[in-house]
Amino acid sequence: MHNSTMRIAIIDESPARASVIHEGLAALDGCEIFVVSERNGLLARIGEIAPDIVLMDLGNPSRDVLEEYFAVSRALDRPIAMFVDESDEESIAASVEAGVSAYVVDGLAPNRIRPLLDLAVRRFRAFARLQSDLAEAKGKLAERESIDKAKRILMDSRGLAEHEAYAELRRTAMNQGKRIADIAEALITAHELMGGNR
Amino acid sequence: MRTELNIGFLPLVDACLPILAQEHGFAEEEGLVLRLVKDFSWATVLDRLLYGHSDAAHLVAPLAIATTLGRGRPAQPLSVPVVLGLNGNAITMRPELAARVGQPGRLGDPAKVGAALAKIALERAAAGNPMRFGIVHRYSSHNYMMRYWLAASGIRPDKDVEILTVPPPFCADALAAGEVDVICVGEPWNSVAVAKGVGVIVLVTAQIWRRGVEKVLALREPVMEDQRMPVEALIRALRKAGEHFVNRENWDVNAAILARSEYLDGDARLIKRAISDRLLLVRGKESVHFPDFMFQHREAANFPWVSQAQWLYTQMVRWDGLPYDPKDAETAARVFRPDVYRSALAGTGEPLPGASSKVEGSLTGPTAVGMQQGDMVMTNNSFFDGLAFDPSDIPGYLAKLA
Repeated sequence: MHNSTMRIAIIDESPARASVIHEGLAALDGCEIFVVSERNGLLARIGEIAPDIVLMDLGNPSRDVLEEYFAVSRALDRPIAMFVDESDEESIAASVEAGVSAYVVDGLAPNRIRPLLDLAVRRFRAFARLQSDLAEAKGKLAERESIDKAKRILMDSRGLAEHEAYAELRRTAMNQGKRIADIAEALITAHELMGGNR
Repeated sequence: MRTELNIGFLPLVDACLPILAQEHGFAEEEGLVLRLVKDFSWATVLDRLLYGHSDAAHLVAPLAIATTLGRGRPAQPLSVPVVLGLNGNAITMRPELAARVGQPGRLGDPAKVGAALAKIALERAAAGNPMRFGIVHRYSSHNYMMRYWLAASGIRPDKDVEILTVPPPFCADALAAGEVDVICVGEPWNSVAVAKGVGVIVLVTAQIWRRGVEKVLALREPVMEDQRMPVEALIRALRKAGEHFVNRENWDVNAAILARSEYLDGDARLIKRAISDRLLLVRGKESVHFPDFMFQHREAANFPWVSQAQWLYTQMVRWDGLPYDPKDAETAARVFRPDVYRSALAGTGEPLPGASSKVEGSLTGPTAVGMQQGDMVMTNNSFFDGLAFDPSDIPGYLAKLA
């Protein structure tokens, strides 16, 4: 087993994240990668794949199912357990931090696992960053929409030009030490309370 | 200067005490800020605890002992200075099965339901289609309660029937799809299965053992020793949260808090049923009141009795198929830390029992208990089959169960 191809199963209910991890690990030599995104038939699928390494995200509710399977299953020829390398607590801590757990077949040398785990951790982190960038972008978009709406309310109710409405929002925000988007939200809420349409 | 503690939890009603301690300011009164860290599997709650993402965790009691004994992974000593509650789980069956073993809409008698179930289970086993029972974790009280009940009813777990792990959020679907015939899970997940019409609640685990230890607050032992003062402050805050939790005036507000997206992300009406010990067993019928369904506060419910840890160890021996080992028994017993609980509450008005261990299942009616502080009457704590567990003779007890 030691120099042959390693069979890696990535179990992730988020296909997007699974593909980011897959892409990263594909760069490694001597690995065959399987992605499992479906909860149904999970254990049967793992049985078919007969993986050397299983990577699963920490948020997956099926982790307890998988651990139970590894603990008792006679279907597996080779025992699999959570990778806990006592000589390298830090790398395990990093994987928990990044949100990935690794299960490794008995007898696989830690020096073969570690580069792979490090890579998986980096990909998990990269995915988390992508998501927070996306959330931020979405937030910014929503803010821009509120500001536009608030400008329109001011333009309609006080007969201001667009640039004057924006200047008014900015001046109020500066005076109150708040963000323009917050002032815009407050204005929209007040407008709704006064019977205006959102 | 307030101490921050990160506390891991799974979205279940019995995660209530740490959540309410933070929400109602009981933690703040004790100089603490609790940051609740939600996860979706016990494996992840445990990982976060072991790798320091959380300082303490809401945990199924047997898992604290299994982790200390190194079952399934290298041993790491955990400590339990306070129990978060007793019972609160139910046994829910597919509707057609429920109709065959009892009267849907009423909680059955565990012995009678067990006898009816045994007939069906043995038929199914003989036909090569064994019944399947879902539990939430190998090292959970659900697993031990279910197995205790099945075995006492003449059904051999793992031989006559299959027992498999089903995560709580998937329990209703697993019943609907026929992946399992029966589940044992905490609230609100039985009620969710009932609301969807895919399950009928047949028994509550409190009928199997009236005072069964359920969730605990677990810490790594070195962390507990390092953080002794904050841990004791936390125990006081949890006791106050428990007093608030059992007061009926607060049921609605507490159900609403627990239902929030950052906690259970569930239906406040279903959560309130569990809090009020009032369960809807079948969709469309009247709810049923079972006092002590959940038991979070009275009779020093949070006191970590050493005998509870020892009972869990007996079940671990029984179902892991390992021999009884006096050293392991001692290690398991030491996971529960009544000394820390006592130290936290000495000088308050809280009841503190004089003993640290008791004969579990020996009381059938109200009994005054010897106290170090306060007064307390303990009530029925029996097992449904009438067997009592005397922690001074563990091998004798195991022999009776065999």
